[in-house]
Amino acid sequence: MANTDQTASAPELDSKVDTSESTISIRGMHKWFGDFHVLKDINLEVTRGERIVICGPSGSGKSTLIRCINRLEEHQQGSIVVDGTELTSDLKNIEIIRSEVGMVFQHFNLFPHLTVLENCTLAPIWVRKMPKAEAAEVAMSYLERVQIPEQASKFPGQLSGGQQQRVAIARSLCMSPRIMLFDEPTSALDPEMIKEVLDVMVELAESGMTMLVVTHEMGFATAVANRVIFMDGGEIIEQNEPNEFFTNPQHDRTKLFLSQILSH
Amino acid sequence: MTDSTTSSHYAPGTHPDLPPPRRTTGVVGWVYKNLFSTPLNIVLTLVGVWILYLIVPPLLDWALLESVWTAENRTECWDKMEVAEEAACWAFIKSRLTLFIYGFYPEAERWRVNLSFVLLIFAILPVLYDKLPGRRHWMWYVAAFPFLVGWLLVGGLGLAPVETSEFGGFMLTLVIGVTGISFSLPLGIALALGRTSNLPALRILCVLFIEFIRGVPLIALLFVASTMLNYFLPPGTTFDLLMRVLIMVTLFAAAYIAEVVRGGLQGIPKGQVEAADSLGLSYWKAQRLIILPQALKISIPGIVNTFIGLYKDTTLVLIIGMLDPLGIGRSSLADAQWAGLAREVYLFIAVFFFLCCFGMSRYSLYLERKLHTGHER
Ligand SMILES: Nc1ncnc2c1ncn2[C@@H]1O[C@H](COP(=O)(O)OP(=O)(O)OP(=O)(O)O)[C@@H](O)[C@H]1O
Ligand SMILES: [Mg+2]
Repeated sequence: MANTDQTASAPELDSKVDTSESTISIRGMHKWFGDFHVLKDINLEVTRGERIVICGPSGSGKSTLIRCINRLEEHQQGSIVVDGTELTSDLKNIEIIRSEVGMVFQHFNLFPHLTVLENCTLAPIWVRKMPKAEAAEVAMSYLERVQIPEQASKFPGQLSGGQQQRVAIARSLCMSPRIMLFDEPTSALDPEMIKEVLDVMVELAESGMTMLVVTHEMGFATAVANRVIFMDGGEIIEQNEPNEFFTNPQHDRTKLFLSQILSH
Repeated sequence: MTDSTTSSHYAPGTHPDLPPPRRTTGVVGWVYKNLFSTPLNIVLTLVGVWILYLIVPPLLDWALLESVWTAENRTECWDKMEVAEEAACWAFIKSRLTLFIYGFYPEAERWRVNLSFVLLIFAILPVLYDKLPGRRHWMWYVAAFPFLVGWLLVGGLGLAPVETSEFGGFMLTLVIGVTGISFSLPLGIALALGRTSNLPALRILCVLFIEFIRGVPLIALLFVASTMLNYFLPPGTTFDLLMRVLIMVTLFAAAYIAEVVRGGLQGIPKGQVEAADSLGLSYWKAQRLIILPQALKISIPGIVNTFIGLYKDTTLVLIIGMLDPLGIGRSSLADAQWAGLAREVYLFIAVFFFLCCFGMSRYSLYLERKLHTGHER
């Protein structure tokens, strides 16, 4: 499983991998911003229920990679298949995939003009066509799960950062996604709020959710992840199961990165 | 000084919640704080009072206390005053009141105008009070309102037809103002969305339209409406002048609204679109449920500003020969029996416009307060 050297693998070889179990399958994927080659030959198979942590220096393309998975960014080469649906410019496919893939952002991105409850019921009502009462019931159950049911009628602007991020997680969960993407969910938070968000994420991981998490919280990675992926310069440099990854990094760049973040 | 405790009376962690210190409450407190708190403030207050003293009593005398309300013509009016021409002669306005309200709308059909006023009030109600029972159904009525009133005023389909050239006075102002406001908002929003869209052709089209309309004075557009449009239409077709004016005024306001709304759209963080996208909302649903409600909220002051401008600009139709209140006023002043009473006429018209515009301005403040949802980051 520990496929430590991705640079040598060509897309042709990878296509032999049995993908029937893969819920996300990225092959030979490239992306450019204008002339800037931001993602280079990305190959990644994610099986159902797998928890992957992605780390790497700033600007290495971590956000761009997970944003490609729900098409917030468009890739130009290679293929991305999510739950059997290939991401192309076909809008219907994109909407189907987006409603199956939840995303949590660094800056929460709650809708400030709607209450916490309305934030959570909006997509189920308008995308899933769920009756209002049922959507509210589902939303309340998820708000309870992230432990803020008492804030349901408040507006996001009245909550703390940690509470807002938990609402954002609940909002995504209300769509009953099969996959959850997290883009540095705790890096905009004060230290004392990080734990409350991580606790929710750990609980989510234990429930069997497929998760891709961009984070530098190495404690979370060791506790929860099946696999840690290290990116640098738009490439996947190295991937391994967490203990092996932290104690026995293979590449110089990985070692350098780990020494930098662990020295803090 | 105060009886509130400062420190050391409570053990750490046991400090109770105390009421806030008594500040400037009550009338005396308010007067002191707002009018006499500093020497500069005292001077400004006194100057203000002095200016009010210079203006208000003479104005009250002229407009109310000394004014004359019944007379047949201006000499009779002046005879009734202590000093001729030193007070307002409202008898003149009274004698022209129906003209000011209805223009030359046929007397037998004026109930249709009155009914339209009533319908207008009912159309404004659901916009003002969002707690109105059955507001959803009201909104259908609001949407149907312009067409319903259009039919009422113009006639046809069972009602006696009335030429739009007989429209005039406040009724004409309201027709142009309300039509302009209710159609320019959706059109302006559509233009703003077009201008910010990803489709180059649509974007360029919207930019061209907006910049062209904004670059031309409204008067020029009205002249185009009244004269040149005929050259572009096939010969023999007649196209109602009022209709042309309505279209021009609407397009003109829409271009301004589009720019105001575009400003609002730019004020929405990119993360909002991304969050909406990531939940699977389509472009239109995201715009309608997430982006526009927030963008319009930011744009309220600018939108209402545009509406107030539009409302006052309706007086420009005077130039192409339509009898709005100003036009009625001018033609009334040409009557030898009443000539020279310009102050009364213009004050009367000014008060009418002021009340409407002030109402819109207060409504905008009310909306801003109502839509405020806590501190945003
Ligand atoms: N919309 C964009 N247009 C152009 N360049 C972009 C855009 N978004 C990101 N980039 C560039 O692409 C590179 C990768 O960005 P990305 O946000 O994926 O990095 P990251 O690994 O998430 O970094 P960080 O840890 O700082 O979030 C960066 O150099 C960034 O400047
Ligand atoms: Mg990032």
